[in-house]
Amino acid sequence: MGTITARAFKYGDDINTDYIISGKYKFKSDDMEAMAHHAMEELDADYHAKVKPDGGFLVAGRNFGMGSSREQAPLVLIHSNTKAVLAKSFARIFYRNAINTGLPVVECDTDLIDDGDELELDLTAGVLKDVTKGTEIPFPPLPPVMATLLADGGLVEHFKKHGGFSL
Amino acid sequence: MAEKIFSAHSGTDAHAGDIVVADVDFVMGQDGTSPLAIKALERMGVETVFDSERVALVIDHSSPSPLEGVSALHTIMREFGKRTGAKVYDIGCGVCHQLIPENGHVVPGDLMVGCDSHTCTYGALGVFSTGVGSTDGAAAMASGKLWFKVPETMKVTYTGALQPGVFSKDLVLYLAGRIGADGATYKAIEFCGPVIDALSVEARMTISNMAIEVGAKAGLMEADAKTLAWYDGRGTRAPHPETPDADATYCCDLTYDASAIGPQVAKPHAVDNVSPIEEVAGTRIAQGFLGTCTNGRLEDLAIAAGILAGRKVHPDVRFIVAPASKRIYLDAMAAGYIQTLVEAGAAVVTPGCGPCVGTHNGVPSDGENVISTANRNFKGRMGNSNAFIYLGSPATVAASVIEGAITDPRTYFG
Repeated sequence: MGTITARAFKYGDDINTDYIISGKYKFKSDDMEAMAHHAMEELDADYHAKVKPDGGFLVAGRNFGMGSSREQAPLVLIHSNTKAVLAKSFARIFYRNAINTGLPVVECDTDLIDDGDELELDLTAGVLKDVTKGTEIPFPPLPPVMATLLADGGLVEHFKKHGGFSL
Repeated sequence: MAEKIFSAHSGTDAHAGDIVVADVDFVMGQDGTSPLAIKALERMGVETVFDSERVALVIDHSSPSPLEGVSALHTIMREFGKRTGAKVYDIGCGVCHQLIPENGHVVPGDLMVGCDSHTCTYGALGVFSTGVGSTDGAAAMASGKLWFKVPETMKVTYTGALQPGVFSKDLVLYLAGRIGADGATYKAIEFCGPVIDALSVEARMTISNMAIEVGAKAGLMEADAKTLAWYDGRGTRAPHPETPDADATYCCDLTYDASAIGPQVAKPHAVDNVSPIEEVAGTRIAQGFLGTCTNGRLEDLAIAAGILAGRKVHPDVRFIVAPASKRIYLDAMAAGYIQTLVEAGAAVVTPGCGPCVGTHNGVPSDGENVISTANRNFKGRMGNSNAFIYLGSPATVAASVIEGAITDPRTYFG
């Protein structure tokens, strides 16, 4: 997947999927490009405007993506040019949805990262660097099943390639 | 119990931590998630579902459609149903998590997935049911299979007995207050003990419904004689319940004395921000909502009607009621509950999810407080980021809409 370099945009704990994309928008349409303008709106109305031009890493605390099963949550982040989500822990449905739709998720100690830091992520090598601080942040590798799905480009591509589950 | 259900569905000896590809007995989607699942199926190049008897789509989240964009999504679902033979529950039928068990689509011992986080509701029936996203749902619709990580299990026992005026909603809110929004992430919960045994099947569903609010993958209960009796005349297939082994291992074991638990209220803007009702009593409210997959069942309407009979909703309060299904609506009419609630001042809306998810049918105004029987009170959940949502039992909501302020319902159960 190569190395991704982008800025960190940092938020707190327990960010639920209603905050990532509110129900009042997600039930209206299936146009993710349009819906992405409302990404993270409850927490930061400017998220899309800030991240879209140059891309960014969404950095959060515990239990990122708690709540509803809406796959629009990882999709609006992808359409806002979010390169990956880094958090101390993830809610399980969001975690699966992110992998299935091709949004990398990294579980790591995000206390080591400040808002605005320049980060460098190489998922294949399993290396995350905080370029601003000159530090390396360790993280456990993805479970093999998820690594396979992400490498295939998500679950749809996995199904197209193998005609079903091949895990 | 979780390990036994996964073993039976994967042909392996499944243990916590194992990754298995398992057969699913049923797949469900609703109108906020199905259109994306249908798109994913198209991208996969799949034109049929694995078994049209085992896939259902429910139009409940924005139902009837309040907007032309939503109407287009509903059309995609109806056309998919015609094309594949999958059952589509259209407007007015009710909330997916009532319809799926009510129509016998799942039976004890089943493994099923739904594209909605509150799919964990059927755990109360001994079904391992869990919420997934649209692409996972599409893969399951296409193949009848999905990959799972077999979860560890947390045991939650309620001892003692419920006080009058205290309900299963209070038990699960209490748990959320204790273990927090990620207290059971990646785990299954098994609820047990004399209090669970004594609850009706409907009241049990309220607890399993909110297992996701503490991050759990499932909220399981053992199917007992009451569960099997509830299935009489509903099941399309014979129940095949799994029971926990006497020597089953649990990752943790929590016990709470239900006798010491009073009515609980979750305060804005988090489900685990829970207080005993005494701490919030007197908070003025502008709207009450009775309904949802948590508390829109016949017993919930009966409790509210019992409190509101011969009384009036406070003149400064709007009271919205949404029965969880058409069958519940009809039964509540036959029993006189709807008459009682409407005479008291309630506005009854179409069975569905609207008010809870902020799509229509009761969006609060800026600065207003709402008391609701729903399962989530996140900022903006009901469609307005500047409103404040409190969660409680149907009895708490009924008592509160009379007073115009959050009220301890135990005064009505002397």
